This record gives sequence, structure tokens and C-alpha cells, in this order.
Amino acid sequence: MATITLASKRRRSGLAAKQRKQALRTFAFMSPWLIGFAVFFAYPMISTIYFSFMHYDGFKPPTWSGTKNWTYVFEHYPLFWPALRNTLWLVVITVTLRVLFGLGVGLLITKIKTATGVFRTLFYLPYLAPPVAATMAFAFLLNPGTGPVNSILEKIGIPAPGWFNDPAWSKPALTLLALWGIGDLMVIFMAALLDVPKEQYEAAELDGASAWQRFRFVTLPNISPIVMFAVVTGVIQAMQYYTQPLIAGKVASGVIQGAGTQFEPGYPEKSTLTLPQLVYNLGFQRFDYGSACVVALVLFVLSMAFTALLMRRRGGLNLAGD
Amino acid sequence: MTQVLDKPVELGTPASPAERTARRRAFLEWIAIHSLGVAAALFFTLPFVFVFLTSLMSDTQALSRDLIPHTWEWGNYKKVFDTPGFLTWWKNTLIYAGLGTVLSVASSIPVAYALAKFRFRGRNLSLMLVISMMMLPPQVVIIPMYLFWAKQLDLSGTLWPLIIPMAFGDAFTIFLLRQFLLTIPNEYLDAAKVDGCGELRTLLRVVLPMAKPGIAAVALFQFFYAWNDYFGPQIYASENPGAWTLSYGLESFKGAHHTDWNLTMAATVLVMAPVILVFFFAQKAFVEGVTLTGVKG
Repeated sequence: MATITLASKRRRSGLAAKQRKQALRTFAFMSPWLIGFAVFFAYPMISTIYFSFMHYDGFKPPTWSGTKNWTYVFEHYPLFWPALRNTLWLVVITVTLRVLFGLGVGLLITKIKTATGVFRTLFYLPYLAPPVAATMAFAFLLNPGTGPVNSILEKIGIPAPGWFNDPAWSKPALTLLALWGIGDLMVIFMAALLDVPKEQYEAAELDGASAWQRFRFVTLPNISPIVMFAVVTGVIQAMQYYTQPLIAGKVASGVIQGAGTQFEPGYPEKSTLTLPQLVYNLGFQRFDYGSACVVALVLFVLSMAFTALLMRRRGGLNLAGD
Repeated sequence: MTQVLDKPVELGTPASPAERTARRRAFLEWIAIHSLGVAAALFFTLPFVFVFLTSLMSDTQALSRDLIPHTWEWGNYKKVFDTPGFLTWWKNTLIYAGLGTVLSVASSIPVAYALAKFRFRGRNLSLMLVISMMMLPPQVVIIPMYLFWAKQLDLSGTLWPLIIPMAFGDAFTIFLLRQFLLTIPNEYLDAAKVDGCGELRTLLRVVLPMAKPGIAAVALFQFFYAWNDYFGPQIYASENPGAWTLSYGLESFKGAHHTDWNLTMAATVLVMAPVILVFFFAQKAFVEGVTLTGVKG
């Protein structure tokens, strides 16, 4: 009896030592990110919440201001609601068009049987163009004075819009730029389309299904998780849209950094404003760090709400391990 | 395809009318699909073509509505290189992108390995936090981060505030690498352990060689991220032109040359070209990476 308890005790303490060793090992492997998480995520998040209740201009020490920053942003800051409206526009129109176009181009590339590689590369390349360079290129292509697009449109006799210089056309111009860089969605949809089991198509064909019916009842149900993924990531990207609208507005307005003149945010007429630009405007142009943190928190809540959607089982990222 | 192959090949017999209509339909479909393909290809490539053609125009012609250069001014590219600062921006971009990539990949590998292959309490929570960090726009935490780097460490006017954090695991790199490491069967790891390898040796000797394609993909993404970054240099480097990167400096180029679209477009080409060149050399790794970001239903 005695020997048996002793043995099991020893085994148990051996197990505990092994568990301790494993925990230590896990901690060691995770440590770079644990530090990164604490210093570059947890600390600044708490600090952002703190500053959103403080008056701080970066020079005088911060002072408590209660909910003043919050009421200022929601009720008096003239750029907040226009930026939110623009984001809604981008979510509804740009994201929808990008998903439809991405699916269309993905379908097209799976049907092309001649020089597939060449087509695929050509379709993909614009996605790689650095955002600043791509936006500069489009600002030139679409410039109302001498741009190639308007030159061609006028030659054909179509009234040429003002694109980035016209508040009604600046977001459609940005949408065009976003559709040009469809490569990421094309590749994801292409992979999903090639994963649809061939037998299902053959069965549908035997039953006499038309091309549309095959798409509707075989393709769509199979790729719906990827469509969902594209929509959710698209919405997140739309809320965080920064470089393209900023550069487009700057180039079109002719105001460039270092020139000494203040850039009118969201040129033309606030039509290209997005939430991240407001953080910059409040924090680094007006030195109102407190209000900048309020906008940052709005951006945080919106981003995380949609990230939570992404982490659901269906239509989310593949999180199942092992 | 399979249909065609399944059919018995009858040589010499004339095609029946039904077969002929089927063949005609297939041919028309081929035409329709490839015309669409060519139209799409024009949409995707013409912007590059117009930008390139404009970059070779003379100053006066760039202000006209012509689409093709009368004289091919290759000297425009030399003028861009001679612009004060341009080579410095180039150097800074390479430092930011190169050093940032090495640091983030090296620090993310052990984290991704632990998240993919270890079983521990809090693993799912850690993974969710990694994804949250990945989806977090940099603007959300920029005020405290800027105060931290600029006021406490006095590092504004340099690219260090952008490079140093890369040494502490980059969320996107961790996530993508983890997805890749999941595809490596556990049997390989078990075999290594039976042979007496500890976790670190298993990772270095067995897992890393198998994960090369995944590492190549995340390294490329990280490199492109730094190359394309505008917001980071705008916050930390704007006050010091000596620390500007290409993506940031490109915009000021338009300011210095006002309406000289030809020089601005030449500079644009020079910012786009390296990315596209790298892509051609590493196409396979890249496409693999994009697919990795996708999902399995």
C-alpha cells in the first residue's frame, strides 16, 4: 500500500514539474508578442481612454475636462459627421462593388483557358501598386484639365466629370481606384471557386440546370463563407481608409506638404474625409489630443465590432487549431 | 473538360448536327470570355501605360492632352534621381522595409509556432487578441504612441518608432505564419521529439525548413507594408526630410514640381517599379500568402 501511494505521489509531482516546464516554455516562445501587446496595444489603449477625458495640447500638463471632448466631437466638431457619412457611403457602395467585381474577375479568370497566367498577372498587378503612387497616378489620369481619361471621354462626346475636384465625383473616383486594385479579392475568390467540388457541377448539369442555376445553386452556396469574409474585411478596410483619400484630396487641391499653406481636410468640400483623417487633424494639426482620442475610440469600437464578426465560426477566419 | 475526354473519339465519322451546334456554342463562349478578359486587361494595364508614357514627355507636352510622347525624354528619370533627397528617401525606405521585415519575421516565428502547436490555457484568447491587433488601425493608438516616442524617448524625426516595434512580433505576420504552421502535420514534430529534440531544436531544425514558403510570403508582405506605409512616416518623420521614405517623399515631389506631371509620373514609376519587380521574382510565394489570408468555411 505504502509503496503505491509513494509512487503515485512521485508521478504527480513529476507531472507538476513537467507542467511548470511547459508553461515556462510557452511563456518564453510567446514573450516577444507579450511585450509587444503590453507596450503597443494595452498601454496605449488605456492611455487613449484616459486622454479622451483630459484637456491636453502637448505643452501644458493635461487637465481633467470630463466629457467636454466627447460633446465637442459629437456636437460641434464640423468634420465628424461628414466623415461618418463618407464612411457609410464607402461601406455601402465601394465595398459592394468591390465584392461583386472581385467575384466577377475571379469567375472570369477561372474560365479563361488561353494564356491564363498572363491574364492573372495583369489583373493582379494594380493591387501591388503602392497606395501613394497609385493615388498620384489616378489623380493624374483623372485630372479634369489634361488627364487622359477626360481627353478620351470628350473625344467620344461623353460629358467629362471633375473627378477628384468635384464633391459629387470624388468618392466614385476613389471607388474606381479601389476597383483597379481588386487583385487580393480576385485571388481569394479564384481559390474558393476552384475548391467547389466538380461532381456538384456535373450533377447539376445532368439535371439540366442552366448556367445561372448552376451559379446560384452550386457556386454561391459553396463560396458564401468567402463572400462573407470579403464583405467583413471590406467594411473594416473602408472604416480605416486613410492614405488614398488623403493623397487624392491633397493632390487635387494643389496643396502639398511643406508648401506652408494649410490643407483643407477632405477636399473637395469634406467629400473625402474619413475617421482616421480626423485623428490626424485633431491631434497633429489642432493639437487637441483629447478630442483626437475620442475619434480614435469611435474608430476602435467600429473596427472591433466588425472584427468580432470575423471571428465567428462561419464566414470567419479559420481559427480551429490542431 | 472531362466531358470532352469522356466522349469516345470517333475518327473519320462526320460530326452530327447536335455536336456541331455544341462545338459552335463552345467556340462562341471562348470568344465571349476572352473578349471580356482583354477588356479587363485593358482596364488594369492602361493606367500603368498612360503613367509611363507621360513620364517620358517633355515639360510642355505633359501639359497638353496628347497621349503619346512626341520626343522620348528619358532624361526625366535622371532629373528625378538628381532631385535633392530622392536617394536619401530610397535609402530610408530600404532600411525601414529591410530591417523591419527581418525583425518582425524573427520575433513572430516563435509566437506563431506556440499558437499553432502548443496547448496552453489562454491560447484562444491570445489568438483573438492577435487578430484584434491585426485589425486595429494605427490611428487608434497614435496619440499615446506619438507622445511615448517623441516626448519620452525623443525619437521623432527618425524612423525608429516604426522599426523598433517590429522586434516585438507583428500581429499580421504572427497570424499568417500560424495559419501556415497549422498545415504542417504534427507527426513530424512528434518524430523530432522521439529523436530527442527539444521544442527549440524542433522549431529550428524541422519546422523552419518546412515553413520556408510561408516565411517567404510573410516577409514579402511585411516588406511591402513598410514600402507602402504613409501614415507612419507622416507622423514620425515629417519634420525631418532626411528621414522621409519614398511613399512619403513622393507626394512632396508634386509640390516641388507644381504642374510638371511628367517628372511626378517618372517618380511614381520609380516608386512602383521595385514592388512589381520583387513580385515577378517571388510571384508564387506571394499568391500563396494571399490565399493564406483567406478562409476555410
